[in-house]
Amino acid sequence: MAKIGVFTCWCGENIARNVDVDKVSEAIAKLPGVGCSMNYKYMCSEPGQSLIATKIRELGLTGVVVASCSPHMHLKTFRKTCELAGINPYLIEMANIREQCSWVHSDKEVATAKAIELIGMAVEKVRRNHALQPIRVPVTKRALVIGAGVAGIQAALDVASGGVEVVLVEREPSVGGKMAGLSETFPTLDCSQCILTPRMVEVGQHPNIKLMTYSEVEKVDGYVGNFKVTIRQKARYVDIAKCTGCGSCWNACPKKNKIPNSFDYNLGNRGAIYIPFPQAVPARPTIDPDNCMRLQSMKNGKELCGICAKKCQTNAINFHDEEKFVEVEVGAIIVATGYQLYSIKKEQENPRIKGYAEYGYGKYPDVVDSLQFERIISASGPTGGEPKRPSDGKTPKSVVFIQCVGSRDNAKGITYCSKICCMYTAKHTMLFKHKVHDGTASVFYMDIRSGGKMYDEFVRRAIEQDGAKYYRGRVSKIEQVMVDGERKYRCYGADTLKGTPVVVDADMVVLAGAIMPSSGVTQLAQKLSVGYNEYGFLSESHPKLRPVETNAAGVFVCGACQGPKDIPETVAQASAAAGKALIMLSQPELTREPEIATIDEKLCAACGACVKACPYQAISIEEIRDRKGNFIKKTSRVNPGLCMGCGTCVAVCPSKSADLIGFTDDQVYAQIESLADVF
Amino acid sequence: MNAETKSTDAFEPKIVAFVCNWCTYLGADLAGTNRLEYPANIRILRLPCTGRVDFNLIVKAFEIGADAVLVSGCHPGDCHYTAGNFHARRRWDLFRELLDTVGIDLNRVYFSWISAAEGAKFQKLVTEIVDKTREMGPYEDYKKLVAES
Repeated sequence: MAKIGVFTCWCGENIARNVDVDKVSEAIAKLPGVGCSMNYKYMCSEPGQSLIATKIRELGLTGVVVASCSPHMHLKTFRKTCELAGINPYLIEMANIREQCSWVHSDKEVATAKAIELIGMAVEKVRRNHALQPIRVPVTKRALVIGAGVAGIQAALDVASGGVEVVLVEREPSVGGKMAGLSETFPTLDCSQCILTPRMVEVGQHPNIKLMTYSEVEKVDGYVGNFKVTIRQKARYVDIAKCTGCGSCWNACPKKNKIPNSFDYNLGNRGAIYIPFPQAVPARPTIDPDNCMRLQSMKNGKELCGICAKKCQTNAINFHDEEKFVEVEVGAIIVATGYQLYSIKKEQENPRIKGYAEYGYGKYPDVVDSLQFERIISASGPTGGEPKRPSDGKTPKSVVFIQCVGSRDNAKGITYCSKICCMYTAKHTMLFKHKVHDGTASVFYMDIRSGGKMYDEFVRRAIEQDGAKYYRGRVSKIEQVMVDGERKYRCYGADTLKGTPVVVDADMVVLAGAIMPSSGVTQLAQKLSVGYNEYGFLSESHPKLRPVETNAAGVFVCGACQGPKDIPETVAQASAAAGKALIMLSQPELTREPEIATIDEKLCAACGACVKACPYQAISIEEIRDRKGNFIKKTSRVNPGLCMGCGTCVAVCPSKSADLIGFTDDQVYAQIESLADVF
Repeated sequence: MNAETKSTDAFEPKIVAFVCNWCTYLGADLAGTNRLEYPANIRILRLPCTGRVDFNLIVKAFEIGADAVLVSGCHPGDCHYTAGNFHARRRWDLFRELLDTVGIDLNRVYFSWISAAEGAKFQKLVTEIVDKTREMGPYEDYKKLVAES
């Protein structure tokens, strides 16, 4: 005989203001099978939970309904309460009378009536709940980190130092990511390379880290604790185990310094066999097949050039290299794929996002984006840190910086703030002024957002000590003009604080383009079953309480793939993700929610509809045989390790032999029927 | 006023919503967090995924007296379970025909995508459904349909 306890929460005044909780308790007490119905100010508090636990023990309750907030808020809390009180944690249901009732209906009478109905539905459901045991699954004690920028490097080092093996995958030939290309970093002006390169060396040498550069994630199978990931190693044409990184090959390449280097955002050049930058890890070259004369000639059955192979002392060059597929088994995955800049140009791949034809980016050589400017002022950059403009190599005397190019601009289709541009633009003006003392740095901004330790002081320094001119206003247009035989870029802006137009003739213009997630991240997210927003930024489980977890169990995110952020925040998040992964991998085994599909094998006709519908390939057709091995029948069977509990199989099953534990037909129909009396 | 107009005036549409746990349910929660008020005529039934919703659940809702039914899940590509909402959508095409064949008024069945971030969309949709259903009046025809069959 059912004895259900119903506990209605006031949530302070949040519920009690619009729902008459006494009336609710009274009405619910009359429902059949309800053994107790009471209300309390804060059910989730210690006294609230004790009240529930005491009643469970005193009355021997067989089921519990807590009518309070959303189950996403406190279902876990109350499951624990039940467990501590000695009943199975799955014998509880919640009725959401706050988010979906008291907060959205101001008429107290109407809200009270609705609350009673919602609780009635939960009572009918819980009456049909069964005691469930969490599913136990083994854990592979190894982690995969995708992306080896500063986020991936930090996460990999932390996990590896925690004693767990890490496979670190990077699609570029070297680790380092965007940070390796930066000049100096705010607010301390440390050189980016000086802080990052030791970490890069460390990941290259760490005994627990298996580094796979020039590789991409091809396929992800399995589930939390037991992923099987196929990694595609692109053909590098250099055996990095044999290579010593001596440099004879890239120095001898006839194409040396003739091919635009993407690491320098095409401002500098490299050869056909190259390392992207001198501090690369691994310090091993890669052959670019599109530009290598030998590889191109081989397509026509010839063998031209090949100088690099002749120069190589260790026989490391292999022109017949092919891409390889490597399968790794891991228990946890950390995604750290970072960002790219919005392309600013008039033509955009994404039809929802519009470019800035009016700024001439891509058309005027001296209108560059902020990452290009980082290379221009970086000591390791193509100009050796001397500010020279791309068109003629002259030192610019007047530089205009435009912030929010794309960001916070509904008209262009990007609504968010890119968060770091105010800070790096202030840094750009300082670095420029430190190198060109008589130069002028003019900044056009919408607002200065400099929240962070020592951040506002940094911006003030740029303005007050280094004399950067800040104009609060937008630039409407940039024109290329000739002034006294000099090529200039005329920026038509406004100073909205003074209410006057401002026109600046600049030698160079730097555009702080919006931050977008890296290319290909949405395809990766789909392989991992991780959600993402309309821009492709990956979704965390909860913005405040689960910031590095995702809704795909065992997959964590960190860095700019989750949203624009600066280096300190990225590093903090990377360590957080590493910590979460280590916590998971330190368990002897994992438990998963038992709310998964089941098949009634007696009823199943093995038609295979569920097999086709299952998004996880968790269902297969099996043969049932008797002890002597004689065939009896075929049936569908669910692999509890793979099933995630979506219930699609239940809806497609023609014989009604599939059901979803926790959301069974019995439960769902009872919930609907509970409304029959009031409808 | 005679009794009949009075009863029409007092008509409060009864809506049953089958929503997925990860998108629309959270969207409805967000509407609450942002205090976006909407009519109280809707009763939400939380399911893991719209992929779980079969034809009979919709029919059942009408059977117990619902005047309209809403099925709402994640946007395409956003499904927590990778593709459950695609299955739901594909099946939906079949459902429509089936519902039509059995004589259910398709103006009383709604299908939508509402993400966890779209509290305002949830508020707007519920308000629209309630308004439209109020205009259409109680779904008396369903009872006739059952009586005839």
